[in-house]
Parts: sequence; structure tokens; C-alpha cells
Amino acid sequence: MSDILLEATAQGEQLRLAGAGAWTAENAHNLEALIDSEIRRGGTISQVVIDMGRVDRLDTFGAWLLERLTRSFTARGCDTKVTGLKEDYRALIDEVHGVKREHKAEHHGSTLASTIASVGENIVSVGHSFGAMVNMLGALVVVLARIVSHPRRFRFTSMVHQLDNVGWRAVPIILLITFLIGCIIAQQGIFHFRKFGADIYVVDMVGILVLRELGVLIVAIMVAGRSGSAYTAELGSMKMREEIDALRTMGFDPIEVLILPRIVALVIGVPILTFLGSMAALYGGGLVCWLYGGIDPDIFLARLKEAITLDHFKVGLIKAPFMALIVGVVACVEGLAVKGSAESLGLQTTASVVESIFLVIVLDGLFAIFFASIGM
Amino acid sequence: MAQEKAKGNGGKDVVIEVRDVVVGFGNHIVLDRVGLDVYRGEILGFVGGSGAGKSVLMRAIIGLLPKRAGAIKIFGTDMAAASDLERQAIERRWGILFQQGALFSSLTVRENLQFPVREYLDLSQDLLDELAIAKLDMVGLDASVCDKFPAELSGGMTKRVALARALALDPEIVFLDEPTSGLDPIGAGEFDSLIATLQRTLGLTVFMVTHDLDSLHTVCDRIAVLADGKIIAAGTMDTMLASTHPWLQAYFHGKRSRASHLEAGMPSPLPGRA
Repeated sequence: MSDILLEATAQGEQLRLAGAGAWTAENAHNLEALIDSEIRRGGTISQVVIDMGRVDRLDTFGAWLLERLTRSFTARGCDTKVTGLKEDYRALIDEVHGVKREHKAEHHGSTLASTIASVGENIVSVGHSFGAMVNMLGALVVVLARIVSHPRRFRFTSMVHQLDNVGWRAVPIILLITFLIGCIIAQQGIFHFRKFGADIYVVDMVGILVLRELGVLIVAIMVAGRSGSAYTAELGSMKMREEIDALRTMGFDPIEVLILPRIVALVIGVPILTFLGSMAALYGGGLVCWLYGGIDPDIFLARLKEAITLDHFKVGLIKAPFMALIVGVVACVEGLAVKGSAESLGLQTTASVVESIFLVIVLDGLFAIFFASIGM
Repeated sequence: MAQEKAKGNGGKDVVIEVRDVVVGFGNHIVLDRVGLDVYRGEILGFVGGSGAGKSVLMRAIIGLLPKRAGAIKIFGTDMAAASDLERQAIERRWGILFQQGALFSSLTVRENLQFPVREYLDLSQDLLDELAIAKLDMVGLDASVCDKFPAELSGGMTKRVALARALALDPEIVFLDEPTSGLDPIGAGEFDSLIATLQRTLGLTVFMVTHDLDSLHTVCDRIAVLADGKIIAAGTMDTMLASTHPWLQAYFHGKRSRASHLEAGMPSPLPGRA
């Protein structure tokens, strides 16, 4: 870029500027610097003549920079003239000349105020999403009531399809993960209990922990990550492409057609997965006890029979459908909250997973208090 | 760059040269040995039935769809043989208006317009802002839309912003995929005259896929017709009207074409253009 783009000669109060070469996008960076240095030129100038005769290419970038040059000299009260402009470029220059200058981006307030404002906005939005969840629960109850009186309106095929996706297809990964968790707890238990010579109590720990808490929690968290995010993304992209509006205008209730089958599928699928997952975890625990702790399977089973009661098993399974409901409702609410942009789809999907895992854990805590107080 | 001076027939500069291009999906051949020339500084209207493969040819030219055979030369450079650098240099010299606008939904209008400029050129933020406003002004939009997101724009505004983005780097060729679809007749007419004005001021070559007979009458210098996977005709409106090909007869002499034909007989709203 060694070509000369702009030359200046000052004679008294007259400034002569001669443009040359290609005033195009490629040279815009250099040209901008040249033009700005001319604009900042000191001294008294009353007349500016810009000779564009040797400019052989001009595009919008060049035209705008020329416009910037003439505008700033005119604003300084100089008599500004552009000469030698090729006829071909006249239309472009006229076009650019009509542009209204300056639209400053609005400035945001001080950082402290905006930090406080964003905290407030967040609290309000948490309130809104809680409201939306309660709304969704209410709408589900209404739709359920309608379905009870007209059972044929229930989308059975859709529900089975969803059940296949969230239940059946999740079985391998759920089994694998809960199996590994069972192994890890048993290994840690043996390792630490051995110090007290209490190896055998590992069976109690694994049994109670898995059946009451871990089985259902791991499954709920996995389902939130695996199926909750899928629900949000599906519903969100349907919302973006106005498919949900289309359903509504055809007289279908999106809650009945899209959301109820999904949530029912989760409510059926998660307890089944919880049962399978708990069994896999117990199996993994037993395997580690045998191979690592030297506890024979017979002894493990006998000890397990003594250690756990049906109550432990029931506690885990009672929680499962509620966890499923939370995951499903959060996923659907977030899906419907998606707005036009791809970014918003990503944000809502993240929010869906984070919120549902958080709520699952909170709910688990509430259940723990509840079961403790009724002595289960 | 020397290749660029390759002259087509009639001594006109050929900027896009399509030769025997075949494009298909699976067993279905969409374009069967298609040949087409686009000359510098013209507005080419590209028509054909729905599903005839108009957008497919456009996407093949801009390299979004692989071709099975044939050659596509742009500014005299064979795109298939070009190195990544050459290809990038050519991609900088065209702008594309997609049918749905394809604005980046997570960026504001201003950021959308500045995105290609920022990537390719090293300019100050002031100049970027001023240029964004200048481009918006050129497509007839107010500076107040600058900070809006694409989801907040109406259909017509989206098209205009998308056109402004296509023009962001001052391209030599602009590809327009159905620019007036989804606009009301007044909006479509304004968009047509906007394209014609910009074509004149910026010296653009315009490749316009369209169904809009009014656009074909008012702004297009030349029309190319795609049917049955081939270009069945290319020439001016008069050639099209005079043709005896049944598809062309149906297209240009059908019921829907009459109204626009009549209008075109009246003094053109764009002086200097047929």
C-alpha cells in the first residue's frame, strides 16, 4: 500500500488536496488515517479544494471518507470544493451525501447502577419463571381434567414415541452410569470402613444410599441433561418457526398436543429408569464388595436383606415421578420461552438444564425432611 | 487478474461463466449440463418453476452445493481449481442476499452490517459506525434500526438489512434469492427500484432469482429461464415475449402476467431503464 492516496499542499489560507489511486475498501484503513490527519490540520484555512481527478477507483468506503473530509471542513467554516470527480461516481457521492450523520449508541449508566439493575432484573426474572412454572402446572391439570372426561383425546402414540426416546433409549447409559456409581461408593466404603473393621456395613451404606437417594438423583439429573434439554430445544425451535402458533390457530392446544405427552412419558419413564438404575448400582456395589472387599455374594445378599426394608425402596420410587414432573415442566416452560434468535434457544436450553437439576436437588431435600418426619 | 479481461460474446465482460454444470441429489438430477453467462454491470433475472432448481444453481455458483460435473468461473477463475486464498479473495467480491435474510440473530443490525467489514478490513470503530449508517441509508432505512435485533424487524426491513449486509464490502456481484418474495407490491416495487439505483451507483452485477414478473419487467436487463434442468432461454424481455416455447408462453403470457405486462407498457418508473 505504498501508493499515494492523498497529497496536501497549503498556499496561504488555501489548502489543496489531491486524491489518487484506489479509494476502495482495501485502502480504507490508510485513507482514513490520512484524511483524519488533514482534518486535524492546524492553522487558518478558509478554502479547501479537493481534486479527485487522479482517483481511478471509488467505492462506498472512499466516497464516505471523502464525504467525511468535506463535512468536517465545511463544519469549520471553510469553503470546500470537490473537483475532477469522474461522472461515473457522481451518483455514489450524491447517495452518500444524503446520509444523516451521527447516531451515537446510547450510553449505559454507571457500572454500579447497572450492576444493581441487573441484580434486580434477575430477581424479577426468577419470579417470572417461577410464575410460568406454576402456570404450566395449572394448565397441565386443566388439560388432564379434560382428558379424564374425554380419554380419547390423549395423544397415546405421541406419548409412546416420547417414552421410547426418554425411557427405552436412555436405559443403556443410565445402567452404565448407576453401575459405576455403585462401584465407586462400595469401593470408597470398603476402603474407609476397613480402618474400623466395619467392612460389612458397606452393604448397609450402599443399599440405603442407592435405594433412597442416589438411584433417583442420578437418574433425574441424567434425564434433565438428556431429555429435558431435548424437550427445550424441540419446543424452542418449534416456537421459533411459528409451529406452535400454527397448532394454536388450527384449534389445538399445544399443551395437550405437545407438552402433556412429553411430561406423561417422563413421569412413566423416570420411575422405571430409577428402578433399573438402583438395581444396576446395587449390582455394581455387590461386584466391588466381592472382588475388592472379599465379601461373598451370598453374604452380601443376606446382609442386604437385613439392612434394607421396603420403605427404603419405596422412598426412592415415590420421589421419582415428582422429579420427572419438575424436569418436564421446567423443560417445557423454558422451551416456550424461546424468542426469535438462535442465541435465545441456547440460553433457554442451558437455563432448562441448570434449573431442573437445581430444583431436583431442592425437592430431594424437601422429601428428606418429609420422610424423616413421617418416620419412613 | 489478467484473466478477468476475458471477453464474452458481444465484447462484454463475462463475470460469471457456468459451463455444463450438473447438480443432483441422490438419483435425482436437478441441473443437467446447465450453461449460463452473466455480464458485468447487468441485472440478470433468473426464473423457472418452483422446484426447478433456481436456488440450486445459485448455491452451486456460490459454492454451497457441490457440482457433479462442469465448470464455474467467476471473474475468470475456476472456483473448483482455486486455492483457498483465491477463493476467499473472490468471496470478498460478492455479496449474497438469502431468501430469509439469514441475518445473525444474536447480533444487532449494526453488528450484522459491521461483521464482514470487521473481519476483512482493519477500520476504526467510528468509521465502522458511520459506514453502517451510510449503508442503512442507502437501502432506505433509518439509523434508528441500528440497535435492533433481527427478530424485531418486519419482513421488508429484514430484506433491506440483509441487502445492506450483502453490500457491506462493496461487492462487484450481488446474488439475490427472491428479493421481493413476501413483500407487498408497493414494498416490492420500492425494493426493485432500490436495487436498480444501487446497481447504477455502485456499478453492480446483479444475479437475481425471482418469480416477480414486475421485477423482471422493470429492473432486469436480461432474463434466463431454467426448466427441465436446462437453461431454455436467455435474453431480453422482448425475446421472452416473442418466444414460442410453451413454458415461456405460459409464464409470460399467463393470466397473472397480463397486469404487469400492461403496467410495463406505461412510462417506466425508472428513467433510463427499459
